[in-house]
Formats: sequence, structure tokens, C-alpha cells
Amino acid sequence: MNTYDVMVIGSGFAGMAASLFAAKRGLSVAQAGGTGGIDFSTGFIDLMAVHPVAGQRVWEDPYAALAALRRDLPLHPYAHVTDDEIAAALGEFAAFLGDNGLCYTGRPGRNTLTLTSAGTVKPTYLLPCSAWGGVEALEAKAPTLLVDFHGLKGISARQIAEVRADWPELRTARVRFPGMGGELYPEHMAWSMADQARRIELAEAVRPLLGDARFVGFPAIFGMTDTMAVVRHMEELLGRRVFEIPTLPPSIAGPRLRAAFDRGLPVLGVRTYTQKLVSAAEVSDGLFHFTAGSGSTAVRIAARGAVLASGRFFGKGLKADRHAVREAVFDLPVSQPGKREDWHRAEFFDPRGHGINQAGLETDAALRPLGADGRPFHPRLHAAGAILAHQDWMRMKCGAGLAIATACKAVRDLNQNL
Amino acid sequence: MTTLHTRVLIIGAGATGAGLLRDLALRGVPALLIEQRDVNSGASGGNHGLLHSGARYVASDREAAMECREEGDILRRLAPQCIEDTGGLFVAVRGDDERYVADFPGLCAASSVPCRGLDLGTARAMEPSLSPDLVAAFAVQDGAVDPFMLSLDNIAQALSLGSSMRRNLAAQSMEVENGRIVRVLCRDITTGEDVRIEADLVLNAAGAWAARVASLAGARIGMLFSMGSLLITQDRIATRVINRLRKPSDADILVPGGTVSILGTTSIRVASPDGCRPSVAEADRIIDDARAMLPILERTRYIRAYAGVRPLVSLGPAGDDRAVSRGFALVDHAADGLENFITITGGKLTTYRLMAEKAADLACAKLGVAAPCRTRTEPLPASTLGQWTEPGKGPRTWVDSRTEDDLVLCECEMVSRGVIDSIIDESGAMRGRSMLKAIGMRSRVGKGPCQGGFCGQRVTGHLYDRGMVSGMQGLAELKTFTERRWRGFSPILWGVPLMQADLQEALYCGSMDLEFGPPPSTRDDEGACAPVAKEPA
Repeated sequence: MNTYDVMVIGSGFAGMAASLFAAKRGLSVAQAGGTGGIDFSTGFIDLMAVHPVAGQRVWEDPYAALAALRRDLPLHPYAHVTDDEIAAALGEFAAFLGDNGLCYTGRPGRNTLTLTSAGTVKPTYLLPCSAWGGVEALEAKAPTLLVDFHGLKGISARQIAEVRADWPELRTARVRFPGMGGELYPEHMAWSMADQARRIELAEAVRPLLGDARFVGFPAIFGMTDTMAVVRHMEELLGRRVFEIPTLPPSIAGPRLRAAFDRGLPVLGVRTYTQKLVSAAEVSDGLFHFTAGSGSTAVRIAARGAVLASGRFFGKGLKADRHAVREAVFDLPVSQPGKREDWHRAEFFDPRGHGINQAGLETDAALRPLGADGRPFHPRLHAAGAILAHQDWMRMKCGAGLAIATACKAVRDLNQNL
Repeated sequence: MTTLHTRVLIIGAGATGAGLLRDLALRGVPALLIEQRDVNSGASGGNHGLLHSGARYVASDREAAMECREEGDILRRLAPQCIEDTGGLFVAVRGDDERYVADFPGLCAASSVPCRGLDLGTARAMEPSLSPDLVAAFAVQDGAVDPFMLSLDNIAQALSLGSSMRRNLAAQSMEVENGRIVRVLCRDITTGEDVRIEADLVLNAAGAWAARVASLAGARIGMLFSMGSLLITQDRIATRVINRLRKPSDADILVPGGTVSILGTTSIRVASPDGCRPSVAEADRIIDDARAMLPILERTRYIRAYAGVRPLVSLGPAGDDRAVSRGFALVDHAADGLENFITITGGKLTTYRLMAEKAADLACAKLGVAAPCRTRTEPLPASTLGQWTEPGKGPRTWVDSRTEDDLVLCECEMVSRGVIDSIIDESGAMRGRSMLKAIGMRSRVGKGPCQGGFCGQRVTGHLYDRGMVSGMQGLAELKTFTERRWRGFSPILWGVPLMQADLQEALYCGSMDLEFGPPPSTRDDEGACAPVAKEPA
């Protein structure tokens, strides 16, 4: 059996980032995880935008928000990484995605307000280049046509236009997607857009509706692997700027990210075990021994170090029974509210966020989770991403950024100990 | 201000008010039914959906037991679409009061409630989830009833006979002249519109709110409010209703409903019928207690909790709310100097028809109408209003009749856009301000494992597409709907439901920033209690 330098547990943003950073630093990497958060991603890479959450203060400068956060909440995992480390990690991550056909963009040092499928706008830091036209159209309140499709649920152009009362020149149209009927799925539509003939048919359906529109927005369906080529072709066919809006999951944004990693990580030598949750872990002879998957397809993996990036409840990194929250792989101590009454607030949208969202792993400054004795559980076990305690990525708008930055930090510190 | 004229005004669209509307209509007296929220938004929705055999009351209230037995038989015969005739068991486990067990068959016989002793092996073969510590078991004629379908079917027939109904219309004050209520002043709680209603006779069927309504006319009714919480399991745990064979207490009834089971209940005295909600502590208490009877309840997955407030008419000092009569109260306010005012409240879902009959008898006597009650013999027609509350109906219909362009907007419960459209079209004037909530009440939308995370947004999108909502209103309704469902989810969030909640927040807050933007469309105390549609239902 091979012994890897690093076992990465989890295949969301944090796990993918940890594998990427470790492989780039010359480490041998195995990675295992189920489908998780990344499959439900909008594709936006948030860095940091809201602090304090109770006051719902939105920051345009994410680094200013980080400074305030580190001052006010010194236990937040961002307190363990510097701005320079964050910027470098995001840069490396975005460059990797770009190399693998997924173009990302944003404004250095500034959050960008971007349109969601609900019609709301949210601050994010990096976004797919295919969405950028929407940012420009929104900022200029430019004459824009928003197209949606018969049979595609999870996005209503009319809803977006109604909610955006501040954008009077936003018009909508619903068209039939060429070559498909009944209920449509973004992934099928995206694959079919690889065919140039399909784009021409779609452009023909939309052209009579253009009017004075300078931009045309579509649900995100423009190809799985080379989205910007499809966008540019559509722009050429329509003579207008074209952009995408991610749909409600299952959207194409998650599969695009996954596909980029599926292409890029093996090239870097990462051994990935997809659709296999790590079900057991032991430490012996100075090595970690993991079991990934279950039953006859289970595999055993040995590694000298590990990054625990298994996510929260939806990712199955944390699990809860009626009485307590537990960590799923090592049964590490989980910082959590004392009793279940304090896990959730009476109102779902309470701006303060729910107590359980701050639950997670306590770590040292090197992001090593602490054992029951308050000392690092193992000198070469690090944690990254949403499983870390004292953060609320959903309310602070820091999900992907936190995952990428802590993964980078975890890998760097682990590398020093290998 | 709009003025409505009606011969009879009924206040409160729970099972009793709905039954009363139908009873009067069948006697040739069309009435106007007004409801401050929505159909069954009080205790008529917030209960087990248990069709009592009467066995639960044989020791405490023989009259109630006999009423239940008789009314249960009538409903099984005349409203079969609303009933699942499951049969029931009463079971005792080691440690339960042996004297109660020994007395039970004799007490049933004394109330003419059919009851058959079972040997323990037979009982466990019938219901394999029963505890190995079983010490006694009896078979009774309990069943399950869909209270929402029941009320809607009653209303539907009454509407077809010329009656009418207004939702979201709350009685605010009453004008009394010469010993008669001459005007009831109401407000539409969604639009703020004031409506004046002039009626010859006013029937107060406001359930737990009956004392408040009576007070508008200066009449006093002593009432106690007892909040009960219930839990819904993801799977159907038992084929039959299972009762704990002991003095009525907490967490001693499990009622099957379609593909799920409903476990409860508790009894907590509350000061007001408004704003009740199930809590973490009560959910735990129910499970901690009921697992002695059915150990699987410790491990099974729960999908929701809900609470209802029982209206108990106070007959004097009482320590335990269960000791107060569950029998109903029919009050002729002539005794208070109000000739045209009647209150009917208390009682049980199982006896709703009898309550309506007695109240209608009194009403007709006052009106000089001689027509006899027909609900004891005439079948309750199944209506299209209630049909989408039935568990499993969505998938069956979708498979049978879907058109190519129809979409499944709620995948957990297979509710299609076509079904949503038919609800929108049929509810018409009953939509109120929140169409999404009205749809949620009339269908399975939001009741499956996704907890509304996906279907809520999809249905909202569809409402925008159809022009049913505009501007920020749809998002505000979505937030209201989400908060409303949250009351039921938040007490049972561990295991898989907690994962679902994690996903829902990732979508609504992580992706769409819905914690910003418009506040919920109504700060609803709203039937805080009631899940309204029989869950799972």
C-alpha cells in the first residue's frame, strides 16, 4: 500500500483547495470525500463581507472587514491567516481554475455586488467571468433582456425583474430551449450548448426579443467546460453583451467546479477517491490509516499527515444526535452550545445567526484541531474550511474564501512538519 | 367601508365553524363564515388527526366516550374520504398502572365502546414496533382523520349551497342595541380594509378564541388554554393508532397518517391562544416518554413538530387540564342579555359534527327555521378544495395525468406546477395576501424533507411568473413561509433534518442573502400553533 504525504478528507472547496496546494508544493496527496457543498455552490467565491452579522454591516473592502473581524472576534479562523496569505491563496486557486477552463474575475481588494437567482444582489469577491456582464449591467442599470426557459425551474426572470425595481430597463422573456422539451436540467442544457448549431438556434429564438437591450442575461447553461467560448459565441451571434446567472441548485456552477478539479488534480498527481466518505481513521506507527467508502468498495489509505476538510452537517463532517454534535472521522471534541435549545434561534432569518453555526473544531494557530486535553490531537492533523469553530460562513459571506485560505495555511504548516 | 348583510354570521373556520356552515346550508340557511386566519388554523389543525373510538375517555368522561364512539361511526360511514379506518390498540408496558389496565375492559363495556383483549404475541405481530416490555394490549376502533380535508369538504358543500366565506377577516368589535348584536366590525388583517357585517344571528365558533370573541359583545366565557405539542415521524411507525393504556397523560398516542405517524401530545397551560409554538424541551419530553411504548421512537427520523391550543371551557377550579371536560360548551347568550348570539366551543375533532348540529338546532330555533339536521344521515361529498392535502395524492396524479410541460415544483412530495395552478385558481378569493402560505396549507409544498428550501423558492418564482406577486412581495411571502415552517423544524433539528436545515440556510442565506431585504410579509402569530393541513399529510 502506498503511503501518501497527505490525506485530504473532504471534497468541497476546502478539500479541493488543500489537495491543490499540497500537490503544488510537491507532496503526494490522496483525497476522498462524498458529494458535498461544492455541488450546491453558486460558483461565487466569497471572501468576507458582513460583520458584525447582527448589525448586518456590509463591507465593500473585504480586507477592512477582515481587520475588524480579527479585532472583534479573535477566535475566528481568519485570525490565523494573514491578508497576504489569503490573497496569495485566492490567486493560486483562481489561476488553477483558469488553467482548467473556468475563468474567474473580480476587483482586487473590493467586493462586487452580483445578481442571484432570487433577484437579490449579494456581495462576493471572485465570480465566474461568465457572470461579469451581469455586474456591469446591474451597475449601469443598462437596458437588459433577461431570458429564462420553459421547463427550467429554479430561476424566474420575471421574479428577478420584479425584485429589482431599481432597474427599470430590465426586461424579461421566456423562450423554448431548442431541441429539448418537458422538464429541463441545467447540466443537460449545458452539454447541449457544446454544439454550435444549438447556440445558433438559441440566438435565433432570442434575437427578435432584443429590442434596445445592451446586455442579455441567461440562466447558467453555457457549457460545462469552456463557458467563456460559448459566451463569446453567443455575444457574436446576438451582437450584445451576454452573461449568466446561476440557478437554484442543482445548477451548473457546482459541476463546473468539480469538473475543473477532476481535470486538474490528477495532472498534479493527486489520487482522488470520489464518492467515498472517510468512514474510519486510526493512528499507528506514526501513520494515519483511513478507510474510505464502505462495503466491498472500501479502500484503505495510509498517510503521514492529514487535512480534515470534511465540512459541516450537510457535508457530513459534523453529525448531531438529540444531545450533542460530534466530529465524524476522529470524534474530535466539538465546540458547541451547551444545550439543544441554544442551537437554533426562534426565527430562521434572525440576523445574529444560529448558535450551532459557530460550533466546530477548536484549533491552535497552525489550524491543528485540539483533542480532549486541549492540545493538538495529532502533530500532523490539520483542519480547514467550514468545520472550524467560531465562524458563520453563511452570514459573514466568507465560505469559499475561508475554505481556500485555511486550506492553504493548513497545508503550509503541515508541510513544515512532514 | 364595505357592509355585508347575512342572515347568519359564523365566526371561526375550524372544524366546528365549517361543520356549522354546512349544517345550516343543508337546512336551507346559507351563512357567512369569517376566519381571522385560515381554515383550521387553531386547534382543528393542531391536533393528532385522531378519530377517537372513545376508549381514551372511558375512565374520565363516560359521556365524551360515548359521543366519540357514536360520532366516529357516523364519520366513517358518511365522510370516508377523510378517514383512514386503521383501528387502534391500547397497550401497557412494565411499570404502568396495573389497576388502570385491569379496569379498562369493564369501563369500555360500560360506555359501549368496543374493546377486545389481545394476547401479547398477537399484539406484537400486529405492530412489530411495540416494546418487548409489553404487559397488556387491547384492540379498539380508533382511526385517523384528515382534519383539513374534513373542514374543506364541509365548506365546499356549503359554498355550493349558497353560503360564503372570508379568510383573514378578524372581528374587531360588535355593536349591541336593545339586547341584539346589530353589527360586527371586522378588519381584513392582510389589507387593513374595514368590513361591517350586519347579521340576524351571530354564531361564535372561534375555538380557543371564543372567549375573546364573546367579550366583543360584552359576554363572558371562562376558558382555559392548554397547549399540546406533537411530532411527525418521517416514516409510518405503525399500521394502527397506538395508545398508552394509562390515565391520559403526555406522549401517549401515536396516530398514523398516510406515510407518516404523529406522536404526542403534551399539555401546558398557556395564558393566551396566540403565539404558541413547539419547543426543543417538549420534543425531547415526548420522545423520552413515548419510547417506553415504542422504542423505535428514540431512533426514528422526525420531520416536524407542531402545537395546538385546546380550548377548554372552565367548569371551576381544575389542576390538570385533562380533568376539565373535553365535552363541548354550547352557550345561549340570551342569558347575558344578547338574544342573537350563540357560542359553541370546546369539544374534540371527533365530535365536531355533533357540536355543529347542536349549535345549528339552537340557531334554527331562534330563527324560526323548522328544518331538521341532515348531517347525521347525508354523506359529506368529497370536494376538490381538500384533495391536495392527501399524502401520496400528488405523485399519483402526476404520474397519471402529467402533461409534457408540467414541472414538479416540489420534488419531496411531488407537487407539480399544474397542482399549484389548480390551487391558485380554486382558492380565488380565499387566497389572502400570502398566496404561498395558502398554497402551503392546501398542498404538501414545504412539508417534505427539504423543509421548503427548494420548493419555496420554486413556487415563489412561479407566483411571480403568473403575476400573483410583484415587487418585493414574493420574497417577503417566502420569508414568512420559511419562518412559519421553521417553527416546526427548529425543535427536531438533529440527524438528517439538521443536515437539511444546514442546506436550507446555505441556499437562503449563504447564496441568496435573504436574511437581508424585506422582512416577512406578516409578523405572524399566526396560528402559531397550527400546522393546518394535517401533516403529512
